Amino acid sequence: MGTTLDVLNHEMVPDHQIMGEEEVADLLATYHITLEQLPKIYHDDPAVKTIGGEVGNVIRIIRDSRTAGRAEAYRLVVKRPKK
Amino acid sequence: MTSPKRVGRIEFGLFSPKEIRKMSVRKIIWADTYDDDGFPYPQGLMDLNLGVIDPGLRCKTCDQKAADCPGHFGHIELAKPVIHVGYTRLIRKLLRVTCRSCSRLLMTAEEVEKIVGHEDSELAGEIVSEKDIKKERVCPHCGEQQLKINFEKPTTFSEVFVEDGRKVEHKLTPADIRARLERIPDEDLRALGVNPDVARPEWTILTVLPVPPVTMRPSIILENGQRSEDDLTHKLVDIIRINQRFKENQDAGAPQLIIEDLWELLQYHVTTYLDNEVAGCPPARHRSGRPLKTLSQRLKGKEGRFRGSLSGKRVNFSARTVISPDPNLSIGEVGIPLAIANEMTLPIRVTQFNIEEMRQYVLNGPERPTIRSPCGANYAIRPDNRRMRLSEANLETVAEMIEPGWTVERQLKGNDIVLFNRQPSLHRMSIMAHRVVVMDGKTFRLNPAVCPPYNADFDGDEMNLHIPQTEEARAEAEILVSVSSNILSPRTGGPIIGGIHDHISGIFLLTHTVRHFSKDEVLYLTQHLDVEHLPEPDRIDENGNPLWTNKQVFSLVLPDNLNMVFKASSCQNCETCRRGMCENDAFIRIVNGNLISGTIDKKGIGAFDGQILHRIIRQHGMKRAARFIDDVTKLSIRGIMLEGFSFGIDDEDLTKTEYGQIDEVLDGAISDVDRRIKIYNEGQLEPMPGRTLEETLEMQIMQVLGKARDRTGEIAGRHLGMDNSAVVMAVSGARGSMLNLTQMAGCLGQQSVRGERIMRGYEDRTLPHFRRNERGAEAHGFITNSYKSGLSPTEFFFHAIGGREGLVDTAVRTSQSGYLQRRMINALQDLKVAYDGTVRTTGGRIIQFRYGEDGTDPGRSSYGAPVDVKGIIESVLKEEVK
Repeated sequence: MGTTLDVLNHEMVPDHQIMGEEEVADLLATYHITLEQLPKIYHDDPAVKTIGGEVGNVIRIIRDSRTAGRAEAYRLVVKRPKK
Repeated sequence: MTSPKRVGRIEFGLFSPKEIRKMSVRKIIWADTYDDDGFPYPQGLMDLNLGVIDPGLRCKTCDQKAADCPGHFGHIELAKPVIHVGYTRLIRKLLRVTCRSCSRLLMTAEEVEKIVGHEDSELAGEIVSEKDIKKERVCPHCGEQQLKINFEKPTTFSEVFVEDGRKVEHKLTPADIRARLERIPDEDLRALGVNPDVARPEWTILTVLPVPPVTMRPSIILENGQRSEDDLTHKLVDIIRINQRFKENQDAGAPQLIIEDLWELLQYHVTTYLDNEVAGCPPARHRSGRPLKTLSQRLKGKEGRFRGSLSGKRVNFSARTVISPDPNLSIGEVGIPLAIANEMTLPIRVTQFNIEEMRQYVLNGPERPTIRSPCGANYAIRPDNRRMRLSEANLETVAEMIEPGWTVERQLKGNDIVLFNRQPSLHRMSIMAHRVVVMDGKTFRLNPAVCPPYNADFDGDEMNLHIPQTEEARAEAEILVSVSSNILSPRTGGPIIGGIHDHISGIFLLTHTVRHFSKDEVLYLTQHLDVEHLPEPDRIDENGNPLWTNKQVFSLVLPDNLNMVFKASSCQNCETCRRGMCENDAFIRIVNGNLISGTIDKKGIGAFDGQILHRIIRQHGMKRAARFIDDVTKLSIRGIMLEGFSFGIDDEDLTKTEYGQIDEVLDGAISDVDRRIKIYNEGQLEPMPGRTLEETLEMQIMQVLGKARDRTGEIAGRHLGMDNSAVVMAVSGARGSMLNLTQMAGCLGQQSVRGERIMRGYEDRTLPHFRRNERGAEAHGFITNSYKSGLSPTEFFFHAIGGREGLVDTAVRTSQSGYLQRRMINALQDLKVAYDGTVRTTGGRIIQFRYGEDGTDPGRSSYGAPVDVKGIIESVLKEEVK
């Protein structure tokens, strides 16, 4: 295949960012949760692969929201289980 | 109470024969249950060591009485091993992936590592599957040529080998299989995803069978004194009998053929004992021919242990009967038959403050003669929790005895709060709290305005009623579940309770255009409302009698400071709106609680889009809104009764002129269709982009015929004016549409299957009444007649075809959406919004960081928006805002 597609430029793919360690610590503190209680995202998710996220990273996803205008979600990168 | 403990982990494993023998209290060898005196045989299936069910006897194991003994397991030593049906797939897999001579995994260590991952890498945990092993290969450990393993349901395994070019099947006995499984080394099992510490594979082949305690298979004594044994006991009797015979034959050195037969029979009995619905195995039957309910059937399915006994249970303090309407009840009330109110109770604790009242309840006793008599009590509970049933005989003694510390179970009386429910309970408004009104009759009564949330009608629907038994439950029911706090739907943020059918027709008739009422008429209309003063009359007639307008009458039920402007459901969406001068009187303007112009209909008070209702909720609260619904329903019913409202066959009559016009339109359309077919046949038809010629023609025909049907509707509609009941109902949005009217009076139109004209039937034609390959309108389901004029036989047939499709669609849709709903509810049921606004599971895992991303409860919003901006501006400016 000649052309490569950058998924991040697709209009339906929201902004993905890898969060720094301090940010993650803040996040966990505000919600009083452990890392495991965050929603998950697979390590081989196209957007995660593109921004270079690795297992254990927390990804901040900033979406347009129909109700709130802008919504942030945080997801922990995990390995995709086989089958 | 001991402190709660956290479940650290749950381990699933298999019972080993050793464990089964260890937990067994008795070896069972006799197939008999009771001797002639009705005493259990020792070492029989009802052995006293296995627990007791007859009162009076004591368990020989734990020495407790029937009520306290939990029961104990016994065991049966099987003459030869048999396969456990539940594990046949595991057995098949293990046989196929291990060597037939050395029982090692058919892979080299390197191959295993490639799949499973290195021992100490943290990503280990992959499992070797059947697909990873090549078929009929040679064992890498001992060099043995492997054979294909055939598995035949339910429990037969065989090896296939080729002899003289022919395939020969050799049956494996359970003993052979067990021997192979025994030899599989532990580390190979781990690679296969089996933990050999808790589940050695040979334990899936039973050598000893546990016998469940009698307490889980109690025998019942019929009226004629005969004992009837549980299905499990019957099955165990079969197993023991065959097992004994097997042993005897074995000891006597019977021929191999007989041994094999008995072995298979034993296998069959053990299989059906475990699961009586296995594929490829005839179910074991009771003498009466009913299939036995064995172990697996006790657990499976809707009535099984999980869905039937653990997730769902039956309850006390509930009632069920047919529902019927009563528009004089408030929406927050429910009418309850006296018989039910007498039967159902709620407990009240006696204190020094209510003791006199309680004493009176007890004195009134369990029989309340009329709906107006004071309520009584059915039980009194002493401080030591002894329950005393009240009857005429002990009323006075008990009344004397009561003192603080007792509890009196009082009958239901007016204004008690109860939960009312109609299945299927698809959303939370399917259960709402109502206030009791005790009534004569035998049905539950409810205001028809609360039908929409329950999706109830009165064609025989039944509903359930539950009585909250504690003060907390009653408070919760009142605050969270009451009808008045559920007027707004959490789905749309708009009202879901409101006027239906005749309420809408009635309010439409009442408020349409400007009419004047005499004082008598006004009082008739308002007699059920609590209106204290009539407003200033609009004018005085020639005789000096005061007259009020219909809009003034409606304004009586509006809050004083209501201001709003909107368009009614009867609005025609004209290009330029003439607003207050609207010829349909569809422009509604309410200033300071007075209806200035416009007709109130579905858009105003309807159940799903009542705008006035919504505005009142936002600005005056739920209580006022509930009162508004009560008032409007009562007023509209009076409004419709003032003139009467009916519909008959002659309401569909048109005049000769209209019938002529309709025939003209239909003839024109049919000849237009014929013309287009002619063009097509001559090959002159221009195809539309992306369509074939046939598709183009079909689309044109559908279009022409559709238009013709609409034209007949217009012709009929022109004749049938606002004095026609069906038109009133269609325009006001109460029921039906102009399309229904078209089909009754004008023409039924094209019948379709999957959006196309009817094409199926005989060879090249739909019915033998038509020529082959005829394409005309009538030959493919166009109906020129109306319901009034009656259908011709061919038309009737086409109509049945189209009607059947609709029925099939609804049947399929309900079953599919029901299952979809079940799965969705199961997935979502334990999620809740935490105090910090996040949506979490019970384990504290976050699903949404903010509920709905904006933290808004749609049930407390204005159609999803947090603030009803339009409403606020309208109430200040008193005019329409764009």
